[in-house]
Amino acid sequence: MKNMISPLKEKDIKALRAGDEVSLSGVILTARDQAHLRLCELVRKGKPFPVDIKGQVIYYCGPTPAGGSVIGACGPTTSSRMDEFTPELLELGLKGMIGKGKRSREVRESIRDEKAVYFVAPAGAGAYLSKRVRTCEVVAFEDLGPEAIYRLEVENFPLIVAIDSLGNDIYENI
Amino acid sequence: MKQRIVPADRIKDEVSKLLIKANTVLRPDVFKCIKILHANETSPRAKNMLKILIENAEIAKKEKIAICQDTGMACVFIDLGADVKVRGDLLNAVNAGVKEAYLKGNFRKSVVCDPILRKNTNTNTPAVIHVDIVKGDRIKISVMPKGFGSENKGKIFMLNPTVTRENIVDICVNAIKQAGPDACPPYVVGIGLGGTMERSAYLAKKALLGALGERNRKKHIALIEREIISRANGLKIGVMGLGGRSTVMDVKILEDATHIAGLPLAINFSCHALRSASEVI
Repeated sequence: MKNMISPLKEKDIKALRAGDEVSLSGVILTARDQAHLRLCELVRKGKPFPVDIKGQVIYYCGPTPAGGSVIGACGPTTSSRMDEFTPELLELGLKGMIGKGKRSREVRESIRDEKAVYFVAPAGAGAYLSKRVRTCEVVAFEDLGPEAIYRLEVENFPLIVAIDSLGNDIYENI
Repeated sequence: MKQRIVPADRIKDEVSKLLIKANTVLRPDVFKCIKILHANETSPRAKNMLKILIENAEIAKKEKIAICQDTGMACVFIDLGADVKVRGDLLNAVNAGVKEAYLKGNFRKSVVCDPILRKNTNTNTPAVIHVDIVKGDRIKISVMPKGFGSENKGKIFMLNPTVTRENIVDICVNAIKQAGPDACPPYVVGIGLGGTMERSAYLAKKALLGALGERNRKKHIALIEREIISRANGLKIGVMGLGGRSTVMDVKILEDATHIAGLPLAINFSCHALRSASEVI
């Protein structure tokens, strides 16, 4: 198990290999379907993002309401739905993604070309993961509710590297 | 004959209670199955993931947190006795119960009002409601908050009546293979066989309400279930698609009469967090 801090350093990303287990702490940003759609629309219109994604890690997650805690259940959602938007964000400097499941060949190649990394988190364990989030605040698209962009400070998020910066993919043969 | 009267508010209360229970307390048969998979798993990584799932269920139950952040679209099955009368509006009562549960339980509101406009209703309503008229003066309510990671992997096929059982097994195993690591395996696979197109889809969903480990009462159908289970676990997709032997927790088939010209086959997936709860009033 490798301990890592997010945002990730370039040399840390390069040292990761598909299959490595990582305990991630630090800052990550949530974004899922609608947030991705909006970000890519902003790119097309030539407008700035409401939050800087350069060097950041995006977590495909739409949590349940906090209900007095820091956050509710907050596991990963299916990554493949974000595939069509991902290469564009990687070209803009996104360095990491956390989700569940397979990615397309285009995404895998883009991760390799941009020297980024794709992690998978324990899926369907939203209550368990909620205990590893220290702070949670909305930073963009608040009107999207659970699909807004949240800034999370996480501690010891248990992850597995699914696609590394060389383009190795743990799901390639599935 | 005198009709038994049940006020609509009673339905609302029951739907709300059941949805809170289903979303926070893992079904005993599902929990037991995950524990058995954990005990039998030989891949260390898969075993560790199953341990996390056990811990997750324990945290959710103890702290009344949703088992999964996708608290789903509420599917509600009502077996309405012919000798019972609901005083008030049954369908409104069900939706009022859904609204109450998702607010009280701090569950995610994941329902949008229109497939194109996609505006969140912020109440997780409307529910998908199925009402069956049955004998007697009781009302059985079953709720299934259905997450869409697994729902998205569902498939429907209109097969020829001459299709072989082997073909049916192949098609189902292939659908499981295609779902792969994406929809939170180990899966429970609900299969509807026969009826019409929409009837098979309904049966595939309803099959997920059945207890894990119980086989279809018809031997020839149970045989198909067993064959799919065995072949699916041979795919070695495993927990989170990380390999190991736990690809499906169970495969449940509900069959029905059909037409001489066809054989509808619907496949509905559930993730490992198969959530449902029932009550008879």
